[in-house]
Amino acid sequence: MDLNSLYSEIIMEHNRSSHNKGDLENPTVSERGYNPSCGDDLNIEFILEDQMIKDAKFKGYGCAISQASTSIMIDLVKDITIKEALDLADIFLRMIQKDASDEEIEKLEEAIAFQNISNMPARVKCAVLPWHTLKQALKNY
Amino acid sequence: MDSLDVARIKKDFPILERVVNDKQIVYLDNAATTQKPTSVIEKINDYNRFSHANPHRGAHILSVESTKIYDDAKEKVKSFINAHSTEEIIFTRNTTESLNLIAQSYGREFIEKGDEIVITISSHHSNILPWQRIAKEKDAILKYLYLDKDGRLPMEEVYKKITKKTKLLSIEGMSNVLGTIHPLKEIIKYAHNMGTKVIVDGAQSVPHIKIDVKDLDADFLVFSAHKMLGPMGIGVLYGKKEILESMPPFLLGGDMIEYVSEQDSSFAPLPFKFEAGTQNVEGAAGLLEAINYLENIGIENIKLHEEVLTQYTLEKMMNISYLDIQGPLDMENRGGIISFTIKDVHPHDTATILDSYGIAIRSGHHCAQPLMHYMGVPSTSRVSFYLYNTLEDADKFLYAIKNVRKWLGYGS
Ligand SMILES: [Zn+2]
Repeated sequence: MDLNSLYSEIIMEHNRSSHNKGDLENPTVSERGYNPSCGDDLNIEFILEDQMIKDAKFKGYGCAISQASTSIMIDLVKDITIKEALDLADIFLRMIQKDASDEEIEKLEEAIAFQNISNMPARVKCAVLPWHTLKQALKNY
Repeated sequence: MDSLDVARIKKDFPILERVVNDKQIVYLDNAATTQKPTSVIEKINDYNRFSHANPHRGAHILSVESTKIYDDAKEKVKSFINAHSTEEIIFTRNTTESLNLIAQSYGREFIEKGDEIVITISSHHSNILPWQRIAKEKDAILKYLYLDKDGRLPMEEVYKKITKKTKLLSIEGMSNVLGTIHPLKEIIKYAHNMGTKVIVDGAQSVPHIKIDVKDLDADFLVFSAHKMLGPMGIGVLYGKKEILESMPPFLLGGDMIEYVSEQDSSFAPLPFKFEAGTQNVEGAAGLLEAINYLENIGIENIKLHEEVLTQYTLEKMMNISYLDIQGPLDMENRGGIISFTIKDVHPHDTATILDSYGIAIRSGHHCAQPLMHYMGVPSTSRVSFYLYNTLEDADKFLYAIKNVRKWLGYGS
């Protein structure tokens, strides 16, 4: 995988954008995700209502891949049901393992940008960190 | 201007000829591990092809040869650090195991409630965790020596923290993050006046700075073969004989016993008391040959060469406005390790981008999280030199770091 496809337009845009960053007032749940190999350390907050994700924001420090992956994920999971979000997480993680159908992958929209990250084993953990954090945060709802 | 014929040296290291994506590898991660010259690779190979057997046991020729290689390696390490005898040289797996051995054996036996153990804030985790555990177990106090804003250890800090209560000081010869070289001789002298025993973590210093344990008067010295052209899986623990004799064994089992009855055992003399089980003879063979290689070139020459590279690189890096260097900015008491961060760029991205230029560096917390916290940076990138690096390597590195921000979409 070359640098142009790793640091693609979409990933760079989300890395520099702060539209999903910050705090929420009275979040329903907040979850920390930590990747010791890279030092990525983020905290994602969710507001849940009637089995829906009403809002989400994140804070933290991390590499461009983890920051962009988190921002893209938040865009995707806002205003969908918890079940739908967990399904997307499942598809994302399977996409990385090259175990998702094209039809499934299409549902990931911008997150498709990480499709080939498995060619860079050192960076896989960065891309999957927010999705693991989301699964952890929502597992009891 | 240079003390080494690096073009010739480079040819001794086959891995440095590797070309990946049309780019020859530039290896600048020597603080993590170093590459091996052909002579070391062949020594290990020859041992396995011709002389492999269990040392110190069999009467047959292979065991005799294996024993000789192992003992020769001990003798070589002894003379390399100028110890009194091979009884003072224990082979372990690595620096981490050596430090754990001291903590579990010496620490368990001699540290008491209220005693103080002093380490530096720049310690590697392997010099922190074993002492945290002993301090908790014994109700002892773990204290830190802090560095100044340039990343150097002021003697005032040593005078302040090391007191009559200090049982142990464990200090690195060179910081694996900042490259700072501490004034060990002065520190050890002061500590001994307070009745403090001193452990020197030589993982980063022994490969680059001539060491003489008699002159230094360190009570313990620990280091790893794989950071000095040798193989992974073998390290050294040097200890003064009378101290090692006073310590209980760390691991129990074969090779370290004298007599074993159903309920009781007596232990073998030094150094075997601390070498339980079958030892790493091929590792010892590799370490022996690595020291031969280093001695042929001369550690002092290697140090001078690294100083040329480091000074050159530091000066160029200081002229790059978006670059922050952690650690000393001049060459006084500093070795060939430079930690840095690039504005707006996470160090892991820096390492990935440099990798695409064929340049191997390290990014992360470098197993020194308390230091990172103290410096207020979550992680850094680190470049570290050794004898086979050239000014051309430094230039390739400097060229690549100037391109990092562009890859991430920042103007310059
Ligand atoms: Zn990362």
